[in-house]
Amino acid sequence: MIPFVAFIQKEFFHILRDKRTMLILLVMPVVMILIFGFAISTEIRNINVVIVSPNQSESVRQIVEKIEANEYFSVVGTLPSPHQIDRAMRSDRADIALVFDANFEQNASVQLVIDASNPMVATAEMFYLSGIMHAYFTNKLQGILPPQSIGTSVRMLYNPQMKSSYNFVPGIMGLIFILICAMMTSVSIVREKEVGTMEVLLASPVKPLHIIFAKMIPYFVISCVNLATILLLAYFVLEIPMVGSLFWLCTLSIIYIVLALALGLLISTVVTSQVAAMFGSLLGLMLPVLLLSGMMFPIENMPIPLQVLSNVIPARWYIAAVRKLMIEGLAVSYITKELFILLGMTLFLIIIALKKFKNRL
Amino acid sequence: MKRETVIKVDNLTKRFGSFTAVDSISFEVGRGEIFGFLGANGAGKTTAMRILCGLSIPTSGNATVAGFDIATQSEQVKRNIGYMSQKFSLYDDLNVWENIRLFAGIYGMEARDIATKTDVLLQKLNFESERNTLIKALPLGWKQKLAFSVAIFHNPKIVFLDEPTGGVDPATRRQFWEMIYEAAESGITIFVTTHYMDEAEYCNRVSIMVDGHIAALDSPNNLKQQFEVDTMNEVFQHLVSNAKRGE
Amino acid sequence: MATLKYLLEKEIKQFMRNAFLPKMVIAYPLMVMLVMPLVTTMDVRNIKMSIVDNDHSSTSQELINKIGASNYFILETLPESYPAALTQVEFGEADVIMEIPKDFEQNIVSGSATEIQISANAVNGSKGSLGSSYLGTIINDFNTELHKKSATAAPAMLQLLVQNRCNQFLDYRIYMIPALMVVLLILLCGLLPALNIVQEKEKGTMEQMNVTPISKTTFILAKLIPYWVMGFIVLTLCFVIAWGVYGLVPQGSFITIYAAAALFILIMSGFGLIISNYSATLQQALFVVFFFIMVFMLMSGLFTPTRSMPTWAAWVSAFIPPRYFIEIMRNVYLKGSDFADMYAKFLALGGFALVVNCVAVLSYKKRV
Repeated sequence: MIPFVAFIQKEFFHILRDKRTMLILLVMPVVMILIFGFAISTEIRNINVVIVSPNQSESVRQIVEKIEANEYFSVVGTLPSPHQIDRAMRSDRADIALVFDANFEQNASVQLVIDASNPMVATAEMFYLSGIMHAYFTNKLQGILPPQSIGTSVRMLYNPQMKSSYNFVPGIMGLIFILICAMMTSVSIVREKEVGTMEVLLASPVKPLHIIFAKMIPYFVISCVNLATILLLAYFVLEIPMVGSLFWLCTLSIIYIVLALALGLLISTVVTSQVAAMFGSLLGLMLPVLLLSGMMFPIENMPIPLQVLSNVIPARWYIAAVRKLMIEGLAVSYITKELFILLGMTLFLIIIALKKFKNRL
Repeated sequence: MKRETVIKVDNLTKRFGSFTAVDSISFEVGRGEIFGFLGANGAGKTTAMRILCGLSIPTSGNATVAGFDIATQSEQVKRNIGYMSQKFSLYDDLNVWENIRLFAGIYGMEARDIATKTDVLLQKLNFESERNTLIKALPLGWKQKLAFSVAIFHNPKIVFLDEPTGGVDPATRRQFWEMIYEAAESGITIFVTTHYMDEAEYCNRVSIMVDGHIAALDSPNNLKQQFEVDTMNEVFQHLVSNAKRGE
Repeated sequence: MATLKYLLEKEIKQFMRNAFLPKMVIAYPLMVMLVMPLVTTMDVRNIKMSIVDNDHSSTSQELINKIGASNYFILETLPESYPAALTQVEFGEADVIMEIPKDFEQNIVSGSATEIQISANAVNGSKGSLGSSYLGTIINDFNTELHKKSATAAPAMLQLLVQNRCNQFLDYRIYMIPALMVVLLILLCGLLPALNIVQEKEKGTMEQMNVTPISKTTFILAKLIPYWVMGFIVLTLCFVIAWGVYGLVPQGSFITIYAAAALFILIMSGFGLIISNYSATLQQALFVVFFFIMVFMLMSGLFTPTRSMPTWAAWVSAFIPPRYFIEIMRNVYLKGSDFADMYAKFLALGGFALVVNCVAVLSYKKRV
């Protein structure tokens, strides 16, 4: 057992000595949480509106004022004719043009010309802007029309402030652990192969399996540190309530981390060069996690073959389970399916990786 | 007979933090000389050589190589030297002639000269059949001979060899030294570090570095007389036994 | 400069002989261009609806039918009660719950107010808000139709005509495809040069280069130019795929794109080389590059609009070169913008290219 401990120490020294990689490993989750939590969002903001109106009627002026007062829009100017809208959009000066009819006071006709390059933004802009104008007219026509008979009240479940970070934190976790565990282990094992030190290690009296475990343990520890960092940041900085069971969240995460380590080992047994290991991990792990796990893009929007494919991506199940536990605060009984799928995948990967590893020796 | 001086080193020092790798060394090397640079691992010989090649900036002291100051004119120095490093230094994913062409081209040789000189070289080395072989497919001894030929291909004034025969069998080592002698006769100065004490005997003069200093510098015969021993190995053991820096 | 020819020869031969790289230059664009557009759609479609109808009247049925007819919603089931619907949300079987109150029809007929309760699973923020907005619009329409039935002489109601330009059919894919080409260039032209010099360091050939009289600029140029050419090949391949598979051709001119690409690839490769210069091992270089690629992808407006960022983040994104190239690509492809429309973006790219590559040359140290 003592040489085993010595090996773990050696691996730790390796990692600790490389300050830059170490720093990135520890800082990456923090930066990602900050970016997702505070920097990016899908909410629209700073939308530039230009007005095209043949005459300055009272209603036009009032509507423009209403739009100006809205936090999403800023009225950046007027254009003398609709022909100039294209030019303004091409140079990003205008996102929306409101073209009022010459007889707007009488027919209340207005054209909404939207730069729809980004359809999601365009749709949201359309909803908000038409909402503003509808409200203006409803207000104006009060008393003339019968009162609006159907009202709606909207409740946002689980995420009342509509923070997009709620959606992303589980995704970040799914990504970071794959990155650190699978990619780092595979690259570092392959590096020893490439440099030739693997043979020296294998010639030592330590069992080959122990060598591999010794390589994995530091990354396991770093991942646990990251898990703690992410959870603390999520709770204190992003103010995610974390109503679910912390115990199960950690258990789930540890299963996922072990799974990622097994994946890393598997990759390292198949490839022979560091560059291949990297691109293997990039193509085989990073992109699928980013794209197919439902982290950023809803799975139900994908074509059926990709939806089927997404079933074999562990991150999909992990992220879904973390969402339920951490954000929706559901009991563990709601994630039994995910839990068992992940456990099954982990066992499967460990068995395959070990088998391959033995064959190579 | 006084040879023309091509390397002149004056109180050269290199420190890494508080560690003094090279501690105020001075010596001169004449043209066409085979100058052996010996020392235990960590004695500072590789560091000193790297300074002379312009790979490392000295902390203090002066040196000129081929008449150029290494501190201020390192690029001119590089134009006039060849270098073959401890690690194998040709591109193993390029073939034999491509490596020759690359390095000759870097030193500004004309394409036509390169082609004719390559033919001559390969013929001399009896290597024409391997012209299109990738370097990684060659045995180590061949690689080393080829690396040396490439290092002197552009007719440098001085060639620096950093443990050129490490891991090579004795027969190939002898051939290698024949090539070195031939180069020296054509007027190229050879500056060589080595671990093998029998190779030290082949040098015109050797300097032995211990703990960053030059502990001895003379011809092998004079050194053996001075220490009253029969081989360079004994000279070396005698000097190194007092060293403070371990392996 | 004559030596440049020999160095280029070397780089290109090494690249072509690599077992891995030439294949990747073909495989990566294919994979990214064929798979990613299918995935990176943020259209909020297929929202799973769960409707609790407490009224069971013909009016409530009419509203349910109207919702079912829209493209955005999938009517899952009609659970008995709100708690039952909530359970569906918890199991991920429903995204939005709509609860129609008792006496819905009766209240409408009598002209008194009635309220529909919408509850959206807002864990995915945009889906929650857009889903409920869509629903609100449908209910509004429904309301107006009811008015039209009852009111005889309605005064001028707002007539809103919406015209979507640049992306008429609101296809998210054609918004993403030009940007995905940029992602490819970031991945290939940023990552490969970063690994290149480090590999020479690890193999020991770097030292051999450093004792030769090659000038720093020549050396860096010899490393840059092949990736530059590679970038153009990859980009052209992307254009062909975009045209062949998606029928997508730029509204503007290819010359504008190639000009911007020329600058952008220089920036990314120069950036990779800087990292390479400062890294001792492949693993280290890889992780630093990864970190930056991650930040680049997230902060450049690739997935989320840069205009939505708070001021500080908008400042950060101003220093992220891919941002400008992504904007240029989208503008040329979708809007047909020309150089004059985007000179500020070009200036930014030019500035970055200059700075980054000067740093690349300066940070390459022939001696330590």
